[in-house]
Amino acid sequence: MPKLKDVCRYVRSKNAGPFWVTVDLFFDSAETYAKYHDDPAISSEVIAAIYGVEAALVKRFPVKSLNMVKISYPRATPQGGVHERDMHSGQQFVPLLELQFR
Amino acid sequence: MTAADELSVRVLVPAGVLGWGVRADEIAAGLDLKPHAIAVDAGSTDSGPAYLATGRSKYGRQSVKRDLSILMDARRRAGIPLLIGSCGTSGCDMAVDDTLEIAKEVACEQGSALRIAVLYSEQSPKDLKVRNANGKVKPLAPSAALRDDSLEACSHIVALMGPEPYIAAIDAGADIVLGGRTTDTAVLAAIPLMRGANVAAAWHAAKIAECGGLCTIHPTSPGVMMSVDRHGFTMEPLSPQNRCTPETVSAHMLYENSDPFRLAEPGGVLDVTDSHYVAIDDRRVRVTGSRWETKPYTMKLEGAGGGPFQTMMLVGIEDPAVLADVDSFVARMERGLRQRLVRTLGNEAGKIDLSLRPYGWNAVSGRAAGAGAPPPREIGLMLVVTAPSQELATEAARVSNPLFFHFPVREGSELPSYAFPFSPAEIERGQVFEFHLNHVVHTASPFELVRTRWVDVSATPGKAASA
Repeated sequence: MPKLKDVCRYVRSKNAGPFWVTVDLFFDSAETYAKYHDDPAISSEVIAAIYGVEAALVKRFPVKSLNMVKISYPRATPQGGVHERDMHSGQQFVPLLELQFR
Repeated sequence: MTAADELSVRVLVPAGVLGWGVRADEIAAGLDLKPHAIAVDAGSTDSGPAYLATGRSKYGRQSVKRDLSILMDARRRAGIPLLIGSCGTSGCDMAVDDTLEIAKEVACEQGSALRIAVLYSEQSPKDLKVRNANGKVKPLAPSAALRDDSLEACSHIVALMGPEPYIAAIDAGADIVLGGRTTDTAVLAAIPLMRGANVAAAWHAAKIAECGGLCTIHPTSPGVMMSVDRHGFTMEPLSPQNRCTPETVSAHMLYENSDPFRLAEPGGVLDVTDSHYVAIDDRRVRVTGSRWETKPYTMKLEGAGGGPFQTMMLVGIEDPAVLADVDSFVARMERGLRQRLVRTLGNEAGKIDLSLRPYGWNAVSGRAAGAGAPPPREIGLMLVVTAPSQELATEAARVSNPLFFHFPVREGSELPSYAFPFSPAEIERGQVFEFHLNHVVHTASPFELVRTRWVDVSATPGKAASA
């Protein structure tokens, strides 16, 4: 079965205010969107485990018109603190690329 | 068709942010479409807490002045108002005043008489403590209820204004409105709302236009025109060579938003779940079906202040013996540095935070690189020392220097020398700044936390009167 990076044409992450990160998964077709947008590989629980946050706080929005899924989660620490490594959260999508669909 | 049906309110949005670099050719093309106003946002928390904590602008003074000159000249020629929100990045009072100084300078150079309304929305911790005690301040997810010490930790606190103070300023005859912190959308929605356009469409158009050309196929072409009427809105790029498509317009709702369908604003929520995006031609997009839900009036609070201080050092490493096992090298070095700090600085060492970040290996994420990852060709190893004072952070970096520079590849082996790019090796980074507020405050009116000041600039160069 494919990995996320095999069925998405574009994946990005960005800060959404100082306290949230948002990840956009753009699938490469209506078919791959239909097949995988609700897959357990990208469930709130999986996202929560990867980013070390509570699953109940993870927000998921399938956007059919754009064949994409938006996933937002709270930052473990607010943007710009002592241990900041990615001010704009622009590289936070990378661990998702290797997720394996069923 | 009645006159009311024909209503169309056009706002020229020259760029996503003042200081980005507006294009005179785009502004000229935009003025041909007879806009009712020019509006642009000038701020954000996007680049981190330093700008609000210090009140300093992210963009250079010359970048802001250049854009302001072009926009003020266009405003004067077209005889329409210019609205600028969140002046000076953070929109705190000193940032607004810095922008006002630049605007007065430009006005004098252009020899034009004008009335500037200046809107301030910086808040005092003392006043907010009272509002909090009265139950008027509420947390936003994932934060907890507001504590007084969070307010005290902020050097600047701003409340995000809605469109109402801008509308009032234009009604009272302002040629230019320079606003403190405002929602990105409110400054663009103000004129359409004032002139009776569809409320949901005005907010939705403003949300799409807030980053300028990002809703077009050529995001580096910065200007767009939003036209809002009784039923919906139309978005088009200013440049004749650029295009908006239903995809580029609808996709902009995703950008830097945690929710792609619902956007909370002062006094309501924009809901675009059922919005419909249609191409009118090959460069304009028409949007209908957006909804606005009126809610109790709230203003979001932003606050930031200074924390501890940092000093950093960087070495480059190409030695294959180190690169064969970066993780264990870094782990051993961290233990070694920690021991050296305790030995040299005693109890003071307990106040110091050390962070080793091997760029080229796993510094960006801090996650384990994973079994089987091939060795990198080189790494840049960054040491970040954090301490309560700059002096202590720098002292700790200097104490660390010999070990950081010569750390042996294996226990007991000869001492290598890694590649320092600078002398002195340590770089004082200054203070760490932190965001402290993620809350909204309920207000009885949109003006309760806003102060308006009028500045009249006469046509004679060098004269500006403040009221």
